Amino acid sequence: MNDDQMKMLLNIQQLEFCAIELNLFLDTHPGDHTALKKYNQVAEELTVSKKAYEKQCGPLSNFGDDTSEYPWRWVQGPWPWEIDYPAKG
Amino acid sequence: MWIYEKKLEYPVCVSHADPQMAKFLITQYGGPDGELGAAVRYLSQRYTMPTGAAKGVLTDIGTEELAHLEIIATMVFKLLKGIPPEEMRRQGLGGQYSQHDHAIFPQDANGVPWTAAYIGVTGDPIADLNEDLAAEQKARATYEHLIALTDDVCLKDGLRFLREREVIHYQRFGETLMRVRDYLGAKKQF
Repeated sequence: MNDDQMKMLLNIQQLEFCAIELNLFLDTHPGDHTALKKYNQVAEELTVSKKAYEKQCGPLSNFGDDTSEYPWRWVQGPWPWEIDYPAKG
Repeated sequence: MWIYEKKLEYPVCVSHADPQMAKFLITQYGGPDGELGAAVRYLSQRYTMPTGAAKGVLTDIGTEELAHLEIIATMVFKLLKGIPPEEMRRQGLGGQYSQHDHAIFPQDANGVPWTAAYIGVTGDPIADLNEDLAAEQKARATYEHLIALTDDVCLKDGLRFLREREVIHYQRFGETLMRVRDYLGAKKQF
């Protein structure tokens, strides 16, 4: 995975984290306008970012989420546990 | 149904292999307060919840726990990477190597395999949600113990993320419990 691909992946992880957090908040605060607006914004941005990543790095989801180029791209690595992320600290 | 996403919820890095830490950490994979138990507990309890919000919270947190299970597996996988058998034996992982090699097996830090006896599913929403609140606190405490056991800044970062998630889940379960109690109180008289 090159630097550009890593940046795209980290960006998706950040956006999806926002979506998860807002999702859980909305489960217990379904009438919160501000949270809902943020959730919808993040969801749109996340869809665009995922499409761009998948075009370069292969599919994030299977089971009919998207079409595949030849040969079947799903089985190509790296798998999530094989990725070397930049060190923290 | 569930759809797999081929990415981690949070980036996992470790500074160096550390088999002893892998042995401690595996308890959050298959130990009494680990992520497997959390996921199975919440995803089993959701069917008998009385409100849409409670079904949603248990489905969503249960699903997030599966993502945490993958994060823990990745940490353990990286901590064991490239460690030869004799080194595993020296560091107290001879049992791990003889039974599981470098594989990820749901067990606690002492090698006790995962059991459904770790979870409670009573069919009573108040009892189940109280169990969930306690489970989140026990998982938070375990993460704090694990953070104290390592000086690897990369690993600590990932563990801190997981610890924070337990705090958030506790908050959401608390709100859910209050709502469910109000809902049941409005319907029932004893």
